[in-house]
Amino acid sequence: MALDLKTKALKKSLSVFHLSTGSCNNCDIEILDCLTPRFDIERFGMTLAGSIKHADVLLVTGIVTVKNLSRIKVLYQQMPKPGFVVAIGGCACTGGIFRDGYQMAGPLDRVIPVDVYIPGCPPKPEAMIAGIVKLLEKIK
Amino acid sequence: MEILRIFSLFVMGFISFSIIGIMSGWLDRKITARLQWRVGPPWWQNFADFIKLTGKETVIPEGANQFLFLLAPVVGVFAVTVTGAILLSSVFFNPIRWDLFIFIYLLMIPSVVIFLAGSSSGNVLASIGAGRELRLLLSYELPFIIALLVPVIKSGSAQIQQILVYQLENGANIGYVSGTIAFIVALLAFQGKLGYVPFDVSEAETEIAAGTFIEYSGFPLALFKLMRWILLSVGISFLVIYFMAGFRNAVAGALKYVGILILIVLIKNTNPRLRTDQILKFSWGWLTMFGFVAVIFALMGY
Repeated sequence: MALDLKTKALKKSLSVFHLSTGSCNNCDIEILDCLTPRFDIERFGMTLAGSIKHADVLLVTGIVTVKNLSRIKVLYQQMPKPGFVVAIGGCACTGGIFRDGYQMAGPLDRVIPVDVYIPGCPPKPEAMIAGIVKLLEKIK
Repeated sequence: MEILRIFSLFVMGFISFSIIGIMSGWLDRKITARLQWRVGPPWWQNFADFIKLTGKETVIPEGANQFLFLLAPVVGVFAVTVTGAILLSSVFFNPIRWDLFIFIYLLMIPSVVIFLAGSSSGNVLASIGAGRELRLLLSYELPFIIALLVPVIKSGSAQIQQILVYQLENGANIGYVSGTIAFIVALLAFQGKLGYVPFDVSEAETEIAAGTFIEYSGFPLALFKLMRWILLSVGISFLVIYFMAGFRNAVAGALKYVGILILIVLIKNTNPRLRTDQILKFSWGWLTMFGFVAVIFALMGY
């Protein structure tokens, strides 16, 4: 019962940490769009967190580069569990047009476990909200 | 018996002020959202946040002083609860002698605790935040205490209950020139105590990533949030009792409380963050000067 309440509370108040591993900023701008009056995800209790220790969800935009590889792993380990990872944009999901680049260190799911993929270049805010709804269905 | 009385006061203070504080925190978020043309979170949002944080893992960083790191939030919640209990006791039950001084002293502890939390985290950004928090404490404490002198001069007593009784007989302090100036000074200083936006240097989210709280997660973070909610409700209740003749009429009292809360949120939403040197200049310059003006007016009887 107590555990059930905690899961319910988790579903209703996701704190999101936004990690940009050197993306082109298009996805980042679309993520910020979700916080604006038109979409306002604070209605559902989602807020941006300043520190990874406060976060429940790690949003990753951009490809995993050789330089960022260790940092992404450390950030994932530092995230207090239960925590989830969302890959936003074609770059984070598959590598996108940079998949043959010399800096490419594998798509995100080869580095850390990914819960939800939101493809698009960039994905629309509606797509991101749909992805987060899928994440909420996954939390049990 | 005495111990039982103190314990029941403590529990009463904790329950009432934490629930009022959590709801005030929600009102703060909701008003902020409406000001930004958004809808804002539902009323149970802060309860959900708190319950969620109790269920999360607590990560203790490697370079941290574990004992202080975990002790700081507990001491903080304890201190603000005691301030709430003192306020309850001096308004409704037996007043404690010199309770105003105890109150001012205990109201300083949250800032000290935040400093302790930042410096024991073993994080560079947290230690920057801790240093800023101490500078903030030094800046706002002087005008805060000077502003609180005004009702003491008017009523000739340093007891919260005596000051309240004086106001019920002679009209609220805020009705006088000196009281109005002192209230504005105390409100701005209290904004600094809360760490709200013009004075949020110690946890500047976009600059030093939550500063002093950067390493906190799980239950200790929940306790810190609870501490700030209780501080919010205790502080506003104190301002209402101290300057606006208290909660004698329940509806008027609630309106006074919400009015001060809205004022704080409006200041929070319409001001940019100040640098530490600007804060020091502002509070030791303008605020302290106006505090002295209020004290002189009070001595002259206005």
